[in-house]
Amino acid sequence: MSEQHIKLPEGSIEKTTTTLNLGPTHPATHGVMQNILELDGERIVSTEQTIGYIHRAFEKIAERRPLAQITTLTDRLNYCSSPINNMGWHLTCEKLLGVKTPKRVDYLRVIIMELSRISDHLICNSIVGVDAGAYTGFLYVMQYRELIYEIYEEVCGARLTTNMGRIGGFERNFNNIAFEKIEKFLAEYPRVLKEFENLFQRNRIFMDRTKGTGAINAERALNYGFTGPNLRAAGVDYDVRVHSPYSSYEDFQFNIPVGTTGDNYDRWLVREQEMWQSLSIIEQAYQKVQEFKGTAADVYHADVPEYYLPEKADVYTKMEALIYHFKIIMGETDIPAGEVYQSVEGGNGELGFYLISDGGRSPYRLHFRRPCFIYYQAYEELTKGAMLSDAIMTMSSLNLIAGELDA
Amino acid sequence: MALTNEIVKQKLTEKFGEQVSNFEEPYGMLTFEAPKELNLKVLNFLYDDEVLKFRFMTDLCGVHYPTNKGREIAVVYHLHNLEDNIRIRFKVFADINQPDIYTATGLFSAANWMERETYDFYGVNFVGHPKLKRILNVDEMDYFPMRKEFPLEDQTRIDKDDEMFGRG
Repeated sequence: MSEQHIKLPEGSIEKTTTTLNLGPTHPATHGVMQNILELDGERIVSTEQTIGYIHRAFEKIAERRPLAQITTLTDRLNYCSSPINNMGWHLTCEKLLGVKTPKRVDYLRVIIMELSRISDHLICNSIVGVDAGAYTGFLYVMQYRELIYEIYEEVCGARLTTNMGRIGGFERNFNNIAFEKIEKFLAEYPRVLKEFENLFQRNRIFMDRTKGTGAINAERALNYGFTGPNLRAAGVDYDVRVHSPYSSYEDFQFNIPVGTTGDNYDRWLVREQEMWQSLSIIEQAYQKVQEFKGTAADVYHADVPEYYLPEKADVYTKMEALIYHFKIIMGETDIPAGEVYQSVEGGNGELGFYLISDGGRSPYRLHFRRPCFIYYQAYEELTKGAMLSDAIMTMSSLNLIAGELDA
Repeated sequence: MALTNEIVKQKLTEKFGEQVSNFEEPYGMLTFEAPKELNLKVLNFLYDDEVLKFRFMTDLCGVHYPTNKGREIAVVYHLHNLEDNIRIRFKVFADINQPDIYTATGLFSAANWMERETYDFYGVNFVGHPKLKRILNVDEMDYFPMRKEFPLEDQTRIDKDDEMFGRG
């Protein structure tokens, strides 16, 4: 058969690679994002990421909302650890407004933030297992994430998008059920975490799959703006909780686990160790909270009537409370002019809030420094020359959360 | 000797003289601005200097000030010296009719997507960027939505038929 009988598309003879669309809705991407992969057999030649599928224009919306209403937007950034985002936002507002929170509030916040860190890392680490074909761990630890969600429920009434806390503290004091559940968590979780660890940590198959894949060295990681566990896995001990302590983190004793190679296995190990550290922080914070007796144990917010929503019972009976209630709900309180940057150690890195106020009722400009968005651009470099199946695991071990990626 | 805002300020003034200006310290973070033509020179100096060592880019974003004639668009860099643990904020301003600013991607790989995001929302043209295209919005969009001339929908409007969500 001569060549003129075969009608092949122009240039298709020369093309030796395959183009594969991974996503936007693919079960392995764990979120809505698209990767256009150029494959040579099973090896990745190049990738191109398309993001923005769930972009909701939070920064624009925030320019019209009063401070209290922006908390609900932060929930939807990293939805695996919403309380950290909520607390980060309240800390930003408090910095701008000059609100000083009582120690008990700080410790309660630490408990909640570390619980959410555990739930975040738990999901990430077990998902890495799922992508390696080990579903058991994921299903097994789910019940303890559930317990964490039950604690959220006792504290604020919601589970996933929590809208927890207010400027100056919490909307109500922790009840006894919440403390009982925290105790239960502290008593039972270490055994489960150990079991989870036994399942993966020295598992030959898991180690072979994760070691040496998706690696990045410290220098490149810093240049790419990595933060959080991903940076620490590469060997840099940068942690916002230690470098710029907020919410009284300086009162706690904990270590920063670091890796050496920055590969998928080290990222997994760093997260695993961080969960142990978080447990120890929760224990310390719980002890400190128990030390408050009498009236000191009833303190759950700072005394800032201009920004802290009054008790509902007071709104019906007291004039001042009614006025403040109205002003806060309608967003009639002007915020002081200024520029502030506040960051917290989020589930997957440094979550920053850059807030510019011109003295109006809502921010003039609010920018979220979203760790996901910043480190996902390294994905191309991380996966170049890797196997397709390893690239999938790299994606989940980076802990990409679509909500945070797209804001 | 630990690095302080004073030393950073002193070093910058020594090197750039009058060109770096508007030094402020809102909430403890040293903030200053420079002409947009100098942004790479300043960033390079901050990066390379053996004392300053601002080698981590925390954040890059745009701001729109419509009343600031001739310098409507601001690009704000947040830099971090991880060794001495000190942060600074550096701003450059550009005319909205010609928002050309040199890209920082040569220095920080992290700047790549953050500059694309700033282009996407504010239309800042980062000169020399390897692939300056929209990132979060659709490619077909022909305006820059975070600029202040695009207000959010008026919540009190009644001309919209929106029974499902309780309006109109």
